[in-house]
Order: sequence, then C-alpha cells, then structure tokens
Amino acid sequence: MTELALSIRGLRKTYDNGVTALAGIDLDVATGDFFALLGPNGAGKSTTIGIVTSLVNRTGGSVQVFGHDLGNEREAALSCVGVVPQEINFNQFEKPFDIVSNQAGFYGLPRKLARERAEKYLRQLSLWDKAHVAARTLSGGMKRRLMIARAMVHEPRLLILDEPTAGVDIEIRRSMWQFVQGINAAGTTVILTTHYLEEAESLCRNIAIIDRGRIVEHTSMKALLAKLDRETFVLDLVDSMDAAPTVSGAVQLRRIDATTLEAEVPRDTTLNELFAELGRSGIRVRSLRNKANRLEELFLGLVERGNGVAQ
Amino acid sequence: MNAAGNWEALKTIVFREVHRILRIWGQTLVPPAITMTLYFAIFGKLIGARIGEMDGMRYIDFIVPGLIMMAVIQNSYGNIVSSFFGAKFQRFIEELLVSPTPNWVILLGYTLGAVARGLMVGAIVLVVAMCFTRIQVQHPLITLMTLLLSSVMFAFAGFINAVYAKKFDDIAIVPTFILTPLTYLGGVFYSVALLPPFWQRASELNPILYTVNAFRYGLLGVSDVPLATAFAVMLGFTVVLGLISMHLLSRGKGLRA
Repeated sequence: MTELALSIRGLRKTYDNGVTALAGIDLDVATGDFFALLGPNGAGKSTTIGIVTSLVNRTGGSVQVFGHDLGNEREAALSCVGVVPQEINFNQFEKPFDIVSNQAGFYGLPRKLARERAEKYLRQLSLWDKAHVAARTLSGGMKRRLMIARAMVHEPRLLILDEPTAGVDIEIRRSMWQFVQGINAAGTTVILTTHYLEEAESLCRNIAIIDRGRIVEHTSMKALLAKLDRETFVLDLVDSMDAAPTVSGAVQLRRIDATTLEAEVPRDTTLNELFAELGRSGIRVRSLRNKANRLEELFLGLVERGNGVAQ
Repeated sequence: MNAAGNWEALKTIVFREVHRILRIWGQTLVPPAITMTLYFAIFGKLIGARIGEMDGMRYIDFIVPGLIMMAVIQNSYGNIVSSFFGAKFQRFIEELLVSPTPNWVILLGYTLGAVARGLMVGAIVLVVAMCFTRIQVQHPLITLMTLLLSSVMFAFAGFINAVYAKKFDDIAIVPTFILTPLTYLGGVFYSVALLPPFWQRASELNPILYTVNAFRYGLLGVSDVPLATAFAVMLGFTVVLGLISMHLLSRGKGLRA
C-alpha cells in the first residue's frame, strides 16, 4: 500500500467562540500527489491546514504526516511539512536572505547548508537580486515567492500552499506553478487551496471539497469531472441573428445578443455533432469558449446542494 | 529534532535576537546610556554630594549597583516583551510555530536574546558609571550570577506579558505601572534600613529588592538582605516564572487558535 503523505481521521475543531469549523473530517493524501483542497470561504480549509501545521489546536481526531502522529511525534511530523500561508507572515524589516536562512535554522539545518539552500531557492524563485533588501520593499508577487522559498528551504516532503496566488498577476502565477509542478515532479507532495478553480483543475490529480466543516467530495479530478453531465459553451458568431434557432438532439441554444449564442451540450454529444447541427442551421461560428470552468460548475453544484440552494 | 538540530535552532533564534538589538541600536542601547548618564550626573554628582554617605559609602558609589541592575532588568524585560509581541503581532512567530523547534528551545532562545541585551546595556551603564566614580568589584562570581539570574527572571516575566498581550498598550502597562515603581521602591536609591518598619516589611515583598541588594553585595560588599535569602528569592521567582512560561507556550496561549 502506498504511504500516505497525510492522513486525517475524525478531525474536529470548535473555536472558543463556539463556532464549529470542522465537524469530523477524514482525508487521505497519497505520497507524490498534487492535491486540491477546495471550499468556499469559511468552509474549514484554513483550519485544516492550521491544524496540520500546528498553528491551530484541534478539538478531536488525529493527524498523521508520513505516518508520524502530530500529537505524539510532533517534531517528526512538522519536519516533513512546509507551508505557504494565505497571509504575509514574515518580518518585513528583515532581508529575504535572512528570512529564508533563519527558517532553515528553525528546522535544524547547519548554518552553512542553510545559507546555501537560501541562495538556491531565492535564485530558483527569481528573488536573488532582492536577497539583501528589506522584505517590506518587495512587491506582492515577490512576497508570495519569498514565502515559497521559505517553505522549501528545508526541502519538505509535503508542501502546503494556502491560496498562494491570491492577488498575483498572471505571469508570476504561471512561473510559480511551473516551480511547484517541478518540485511535485521531483517527488514532493503538494496540497493546494485556491479560489482559482481552473488552476486546481489543470494542476491537481486528486481533490477534496469541504463545505461547512464537512468533506462533501473526495475523489480524483478525473472522476469528479466525469460527473459533469452538461457543459455550456459561449459561441461568437460571424453573422448576426434575431432569434436562436432550434436544433435537433439534446443541444439547447440561447441567444445572448445578435452575434452571441450559448450552447448547452450534453456530455455524450461531441463538438463535431454540435458544429454539424449549427452548420445545418446556417450558423457560422467565429470562436467558442467555456462559459464557466468545468470544475467551477461542479463545485458550485456541490456547495449549493449543501446549502439547500439547488436540489 | 536531535540535539544538533536543537542547537542550530537555538543559535538561529539567539543570533536573530542579537541582530535585532544591534540593528535598532538607537532604540535598544542608546536610551539607557543617556538615562543613566543623567541619573549619575543629577542623583550621583549634583544631589548625591549633598546627601553624604549611605551605608558607609559615598552616595554615588551606593547607587551604581542599583542603576546597573535597573537597566539590566528593564532591558531584559523590554527586549523579550517587544520582540516576542512584535513577532506575534506581525505573525512571523508562525515561522517558529510551524517548525519542529521544541518549545523549550523557543523560550531559551528568546530568553538568551533578552539576557544578551541586559548584559550589553549593563556593560554600557558600567562604562558610564566609571566616568563618574571608581568601583572595584568585591565578589565577581556573585556579581555575575546575580546579573544572569535577574536577567533571566525578568526575561521570563516579559515573556509572560508578551504572551498575554493583545495590543501594544498591553506591553507598556506592566513596565510603566508595575516594573518601574517596583524598581524605584527596590532600594536602588536608598537603603531600606532608612524606611519605617512597616515599609521595610512591605519592601521584602518586592523581588527587585533582592536583585539590587545581591548585586550591590557583589559589587560593593554591602546588602540590606542576607545573600542566601536574596538568591533563594531570585531562584524561586525564576523557576516559577520559567514554568509558567513553558506552560503557556505548550498550551499555545495567545499563539495557537
């Protein structure tokens, strides 16, 4: 059996103000996985990560990191984990080189190795030219990358990224994902929380969706996407039209404006069949795109069902 | 972590603390030098010359140990309370909390940082004192032990204050309304033998009385309280405050949700 990077059983957390953030969750993340932990705001994602990284005390349940119980073998468990938090949490008056090399020291790395690793990861994340300036002068994207370098400096077996790309521009986001995909390919297990669902869909192999302190879905990305029975495409048309034509089959067309149509297509209908139908109605398509990310549609469905919005 | 790992973590915390003290030297090292120069000039030279002798010695000589100890206590306390609360406030204490560094290493690291500042400031005040008078250390070992023990004791007290503090006001209240009055009433400027019997008894409840007098014994060879009692009190306070600090840290009070 494959060793689990993270195994959570019956994890519960009730805060002092009486709010129950986790109502007893079970979660397994396999070694080497790129795992998405998704959920709406306040669902319990950050509480789960907080407990795994020992920033939040749990009310009940157990957490094991690579077989080390967080309660009984705290130091061994934490040695395996690197975390990139949601909020900036380094000393803004320190220099990036000191922040990263000090973090290595907290994991027991000798000074020389700590300095070598700090340089290695600051270079890899394109921060070396900023290594000796005050961290407060870095841009938002640089601060995010600095936190990744800091989380990687002890070369953890499990890297947890809690919304690492929030507020980061596309170019930096892409370079960050390139870096993270590289370390995942090299064997580091990655757990990601993000509100950018297209990121989760393209990066992650397995997924758990948490809502109001409960896991509502825990499966592979492929299996989850297979549950999507219809997809909606937005079509930009060459010619304008007054009304949406009726086409045969289960495809439904809706007119958005004179040159835009929405096509709701069942899962068993191919795009070739859709275009054949459109061609028969004399509709010429200039371009098309997904109305919403596929994962987003499923995510909203799962969360809304939990809230009693959609049945 | 193994012993070598703990040692690296401890060194990292202490170096970071010392680096911080030196980086903001204008806030950490200069103010006590200026304050103490004024104390020596005004209370020692100007007023002290009119006071005459205290416990059989010149007044300026009598106040030197108390003023050094006052600086050591205030700076050890002040260093840890501001540094640890600052780390909490800016949330970079999480760098340590998510790491495998054991709690005792965290506490020891911050405490040694506080002791380092206490000793640095103590040395500066001693140099300032030497500009006004000449002191020959009577009992070097007792002097050093008292310095270290007092520094550790008030570092622990500062740590507890930082753990409970939720805003910057909370780290100013204790030094202003408790530590400073206790220091002034702890025999820095006078011998408690001058007080009426009731206030002499009341002074015995003040732990700073014992640190100042043990230090005065080490430097000058005179003390208002028996040396053994002074060390017993200092040791007792240090152990109790240290245990409370460890308890708070392992419970994650003010640190972990």
